[in-house]
Amino acid sequence: MTERIVLHVDGKSHAIAVDDPEMPLLYALRDHLGLANPHFGCGLGQCGACTVHLDGVAVRSCSTPVSAARHARITTLAGLGTPEHPHPLQTAFAEEQVPQCGYCINGWIMTAAALLKETPHPSEAEIKEGLSGLKCRCGTHLAILRAIKRVAQQA
Amino acid sequence: MVHSQPSQVSRRDVLKGAATLVVTLGMAGELSVALAAGPAARPAPTADQLDSWIAVHADGNVTAFFGKIDGGQGLDVAVAQMVAEELDLAVARVQVVMGDTARTVNQGGASGSTGVQKGGVTLRNVAAEARRVLVELAGLRMGVPPEQLTVSDGVVGLPGDAVKRLSYGQILGNHPFDRQLDWNGKLGNDLVAKGKAVPKRPDQYQVVGQPVPRRDVAAKVFARAEYVTDVKLPGMLHGRMIRPPAAGAMPQAVDESSIRAIKGARLVWKNGFLGVVAPREWDAIRAAQMLAVTWSTPQPPFPDQPSLYDHIRRAPVVKRQVEAEKGNVEAAMAGAARVIEAEYEWPFQSHASMGPACAVADVREGGATVWTGSQKPHYARDGVAAILGLPPEKVHGIWVLGPGSYGRNDAGDAAIDAALLSQAVGRPVRLQGMRHEGHAWDPKGPASVHRIRAGLDQQGKIVSYRFESKGLSRIDINSHESHPSDSLAGHLMGLPLQPHQGFGVPQEAYDFPNRLMAWETIPPLLDRASPLRTSHLRDPVGPQIHFAAESFIDELAAATGSDAVEFRLRHLSAPRDVAVVKAAAERAGWQTRPSASRRDEHGETAAGRGIAYVRRSGTIVAVVAEVEVDRQSGKVWAKRFVVAHDCGLIINPDGLRLAIEGNIVQGTSRALWEQVNFQPDRVTSVDWDTYPILDISETPQTVDIVLINRPEIAPSGAGEPSMRPVAAAIGNAIFDATGVRLRRVPFTPQQIKAVWA
Ligand code: FES
Ligand code: FES
Repeated sequence: MTERIVLHVDGKSHAIAVDDPEMPLLYALRDHLGLANPHFGCGLGQCGACTVHLDGVAVRSCSTPVSAARHARITTLAGLGTPEHPHPLQTAFAEEQVPQCGYCINGWIMTAAALLKETPHPSEAEIKEGLSGLKCRCGTHLAILRAIKRVAQQA
Repeated sequence: MVHSQPSQVSRRDVLKGAATLVVTLGMAGELSVALAAGPAARPAPTADQLDSWIAVHADGNVTAFFGKIDGGQGLDVAVAQMVAEELDLAVARVQVVMGDTARTVNQGGASGSTGVQKGGVTLRNVAAEARRVLVELAGLRMGVPPEQLTVSDGVVGLPGDAVKRLSYGQILGNHPFDRQLDWNGKLGNDLVAKGKAVPKRPDQYQVVGQPVPRRDVAAKVFARAEYVTDVKLPGMLHGRMIRPPAAGAMPQAVDESSIRAIKGARLVWKNGFLGVVAPREWDAIRAAQMLAVTWSTPQPPFPDQPSLYDHIRRAPVVKRQVEAEKGNVEAAMAGAARVIEAEYEWPFQSHASMGPACAVADVREGGATVWTGSQKPHYARDGVAAILGLPPEKVHGIWVLGPGSYGRNDAGDAAIDAALLSQAVGRPVRLQGMRHEGHAWDPKGPASVHRIRAGLDQQGKIVSYRFESKGLSRIDINSHESHPSDSLAGHLMGLPLQPHQGFGVPQEAYDFPNRLMAWETIPPLLDRASPLRTSHLRDPVGPQIHFAAESFIDELAAATGSDAVEFRLRHLSAPRDVAVVKAAAERAGWQTRPSASRRDEHGETAAGRGIAYVRRSGTIVAVVAEVEVDRQSGKVWAKRFVVAHDCGLIINPDGLRLAIEGNIVQGTSRALWEQVNFQPDRVTSVDWDTYPILDISETPQTVDIVLINRPEIAPSGAGEPSMRPVAAAIGNAIFDATGVRLRRVPFTPQQIKAVWA
């Protein structure tokens, strides 16, 4: 029952063989493609550690079946920007030295990137609402908000 | 002593443990797995050699080998600064290797906020010695007495002489120092090694004290950081453990055919140790879900959650320890004008690390390698060696950043589980837990009850003070996993829990003429593989006891109609403590008045402020919290914090601020939301919905930090101290806002609604 699925990830296409089309996209990315990002945090859609973009929309890859990502443009944190061409949020998160363990980082940057695309200059309340539900156990909340506000205030 | 390291486990103990384990398993007739083939690990470096600590490369850059780890609080940078300072080298030229058992000496791992305080001090000593030796060698080569030489960014030279110059690389590049050090013979946190050199005086510092940026940040934001979850080995299988549905249940029968349809899925079963492996991670997860297991149905071991605190009050005392006694408390109490008494309660709390723990193990014949996120990798190595029946030097432990770590979390169990799985299947195994394992099966911060009594004289001064805690030990299992009886796998394979006894009393400097400070532990709720077994969770028992102690001081202030800051200062004379309390109050714009004297009885929200002050192993912290309590919902917003922090000499102010912010947020989360829920037979806090933490929408508006730098005082810890005053500061602010005194954490809307109309 093996099925061949083509995934378009960070500008590259990959064909993978999948036994279970209900397998979450997360495992296709981590295990089949060997990407180090995104992370497994809960597998329940409760934390955001697995967040990627599907056609620019932030989704939780732990609760998105791989079959649903078939025709989408998938972007991971590694594809959002690079040290040479950083996304403004990556620059801001680095400057604010946001991450402690950093295991939560996909959730914050990928969700905020999608939010800023919709609403380039969100208010503090809009930022908090847009990110509500994501988890950071180390408690870097203040630095996260500083970094996002820094970008939100840019022209 | 709040955070003492339980007695050092010697290598002999570990071996003894291994022998016991093998016998136990042998009797059960289950341990049939022979060791797979594999090379032996390199012997570990020894503390008495300078080369174990510092290496000079051909380009003159230096690597420091640090036997602790940094989980993202910037410790590695602080250590690089201390080493660079002593070597007179640019900090960028110092690399820090951490937590690899083949390359670093066991300095205890991340433990008790001792990274700089203890671990860094040895690195400073050895760096100073390295500089001394380098200058001595340069002097010999140049024919100049070493005392005439100076060092600038790793170049030794004779001032005013353009020719007599040698770089560290030229002097020693890639060659060993081959110098002996003195050391105190103690592995772990208390290890001290030093050479002949005397480190610099603080007034000579150029690199220490500077806000040098962290080094791990860029890799993390660009998705290039390697976590233990990302380790991949050729031929590696993915593993999942199957935890009992009810605490204490054991598998009676396992139907392996239930996972036959999953490609390559295999069962590993020894006594209660039950796991599956498969080549694909998703297949391992499916196999764990599908495996048909018949479980025993033991007596439910836990009390009903609502009666937890009564259970603690009634339970027999395993150990009572009086930590401090001065004067005659009862006589002074009898003579007091007024006696006030209160009790406070703190629930079980979970590490609930961001990701469930992961480890990768490759067990071969006669040796093993384990990649672990445990914050004490040397002890994880010892635990793996013991459970495999190998000498520790045959196991190579490699620390790789894990998904969060605040003490003895589930990482310690994952390392041992992964090793057993790998041993059983003869292949490298990567094991990660599922979310419920991160919440329900990690070791817990203990639940406790605290009773405090104080006698006051006519003037409202405390003349007698009695503080007693009673609770689960903070170390049912040790704060590290070096012995299998401290691991889930050990328990599941037949080793009973050997509970250690420990709690703690508040550390503060109040001048009470008569005082008694004591703690009592009660028996663990279940004698093995308990999802409510306890161990260290960031600032072990600090939040509990200081919530009680600093809420109570506030109650006394209120009872005597005193201002909460003024009342504390009335009982404090230690100058550093006074300065910290004053600094917090001043920055907060504290208005002197009794708390709860200006309540707004009608607005949508009630606002208030509270203070708490603590000490921890030399560090002094005062926190002022300002809260708003929603009258309708009972929800608390901890809106503003002011933190005054004195940890002696500051190594890196930026890193320190970020570490403090993290503690304030995590401390707020624990005060407002966190409680492990359970039924008599299981933990029911299994994910983020059933164990809520502070949401981003509830973030404080500001955390204003006043750093008091004391260059003349040796650095004390900063990783945890600012965690412990948070709950009390918030509780005191809630009292100021509402007039309601909360004596039980967490301060959920339900609790507040129940008592505040
Ligand atoms: S891992 Fe996907 S939301 Fe938590
Ligand atoms: S930085 Fe550790 S969970 Fe966010």
